[in-house]
Amino acid sequence: MSELLRIDHISYTYHSLDGETPALLDVSFHVNDGEFLGIVGPSGCGKSTLLSLIAGLLTPSSGSIYINDKDIKSSGKNIGYMLQKDHLLDWRDTLRNVTLGMEIQHKLSENSYVQINELLNTYGLITFKNSYPSELSGGMRQRAALIRTLLLEPDILLLDEPFSALDYQTRLEVADDIWSIIHQEKKTAILITHDISEAISMSDRVIVLSERPGTVKRTFDIKLSISDRTPFAARSAPEFKDYFNAIWKELNHNEQEK
Amino acid sequence: MSRKNRKVSSESLNISAAQKAYVRKHLLLKRKIRIYQYLLLIGFIAFWEISTHIGIVDPFIFSSPLRVMKTIAHMTIDGQLFYHIGITLLETLVSFALVNIVGLIIATLLWWNDSLSKVLEPYLIVLNSLPKSALAPVFIVWLGANMKTIIVAAVSVALFGSIITLYSDFKAVEEDKIKLIYTLGGKKKDVLFKVVLPSNIPSMISLMKVNIGLSLVGVIIGEFLAAKAGLGYLIIYGSQVFRLDWVIMSVVILCIVATGLYKILSYFEKRYTR
Repeated sequence: MSELLRIDHISYTYHSLDGETPALLDVSFHVNDGEFLGIVGPSGCGKSTLLSLIAGLLTPSSGSIYINDKDIKSSGKNIGYMLQKDHLLDWRDTLRNVTLGMEIQHKLSENSYVQINELLNTYGLITFKNSYPSELSGGMRQRAALIRTLLLEPDILLLDEPFSALDYQTRLEVADDIWSIIHQEKKTAILITHDISEAISMSDRVIVLSERPGTVKRTFDIKLSISDRTPFAARSAPEFKDYFNAIWKELNHNEQEK
Repeated sequence: MSRKNRKVSSESLNISAAQKAYVRKHLLLKRKIRIYQYLLLIGFIAFWEISTHIGIVDPFIFSSPLRVMKTIAHMTIDGQLFYHIGITLLETLVSFALVNIVGLIIATLLWWNDSLSKVLEPYLIVLNSLPKSALAPVFIVWLGANMKTIIVAAVSVALFGSIITLYSDFKAVEEDKIKLIYTLGGKKKDVLFKVVLPSNIPSMISLMKVNIGLSLVGVIIGEFLAAKAGLGYLIIYGSQVFRLDWVIMSVVILCIVATGLYKILSYFEKRYTR
C-alpha cells in the first residue's frame, strides 16, 4: 500500500482574549491508500481540530500536511468530511440533500443523475428519493449524508464521530453500513471516536492521542483472525478484547500522568 | 402539510367508536366556542344600537351601528369608500414591501460583515426604541404633506425592528450547518444561499405577519398628519367636523382590512412551511 496522506509535525494553538490553548503538539502520522485509520483519545484532546486541519478548514500553527507528497493546499485533492450529525437540510428532500455538495461545487449536470440514482439505489434510498429528512430513520439519514460526501469523489474521507448522535442499536447497524460502503467504494478513511470498540471494529490501524495538547501516544495495527471482517463480526474476534484492553490502558495511562 | 393530511385520512378509514365519540365531542366544543363568539359580537352591536335609542349614549358622539351601516351604503354608492380604502391599502402594501425588501438586504449585509454589524448595533437599537411617531412631523417638513411622507413614516415604524429580528435569526443558524457547507467546499455566499436564507423562510414569514400590522399602524399615523385621502384621513377629518359616523366606519373597515391582510399572510405561512 502506498502512502496517501502524511501529517508532518503539525501543531495547532487556539487564541482567545483569555490566552492561548495549545490543542495539538507535534503530531506526525501517515495514512496509506485504501486504509481505514481510527484515532481515539480523551475528550478535548484536539481530535476534531486534527480533522479540521486535514480538511483545510484551519491552517496549522506549524508543520505541514501532504497528500501524495504534495502540500495539501496545492494537491488539488478532494477531502470529504462527515460531521457528528448528518445535518441534512430539513427543507430539501433526499435527492436535493445528496446533491448539495455537487451543487455548491458546480458539478451537477444532467449526467450526474445516473450516478446519483445508482448510489441511492445501491444504498437503499431510492424509494425515499423525494422524502424529507424528518421521514427518514437515523440510519438512512447517515447514509444520505455519506452519499452526499461520496458524490464529490473524495480521495480521503474524514469521519468525526459520525455515529455519536445515534442510539446504540442503530449505531452498530450504521457503523456496518458506512464501513461497507467505504470499502465497496475503495475509499481511504480516517475515523475519530472516543469509543474504543468502534475504533477497533472499523479500523485497520488505531492511533491513540494523549490529553491536550494532543500528541500521538501509540499506534496499534489491528489484525483480526476472522474471515468476515465487518465491524459487527469484528467485535467477536478473539483478539478484540486484547486490543481493547491495550488501548484502554494506554488511554488511562494518560490520565494517571496528569 | 399534504403529507400530514394523508396520514389523518388513512387513519380515519377504521376508527373505533371511542375515537368517534372523542372527535364528536371536540367538534361540539368548537361549535360552542364559535356560537359564543358570534353572540358576543351581536350582543355588543345590539346593546350599542339600543342604548342610542333609549338615551343612554348620545348617537351624535357615539354614532350607532345603523348609522355606520347607512354611511357605508351611502359612501359605497358614491364610490368614496373604495377610494379611501384603496389609498390606505396602496400605502400599506408599498410600505410593507419596502420594509421587507430593505430589511432583508440590510440584515444580510450585517450578517455578511461582522464589523459593520458591530459598528451599527447601537444606532439600530436607538432607532428601534425611538417612538417613530415623533419623526412624522419631521418627515412632513422634509418631504411635504404627501404620500411620500406617509410611506416613509410607515417604513420607519417597522424597518428597524425587522432588521434586528432578521439579523439575530440569521446569526442563530446552527454553527455545524455552516461548517457543513465549508466541508463541501462552499464559500460564504453558499452558506448564505444554501443555509441561512432557506432555513429562515419560516421566521421571515412570521416576521411579515408582524410587519403588515406595523405598516398599517405607520400608514394611519402618517395619514393623521399628512393626508388628503385614506382611512386615517377620514378618521381625523371626521372627528374634527363631528362626523363620528365616518370615524367609527373607518375603524370598523380598518379592523376588516387588518384581519384580511393578516389572514392572507397566514395562508402563505401554511402553504410554505411544513
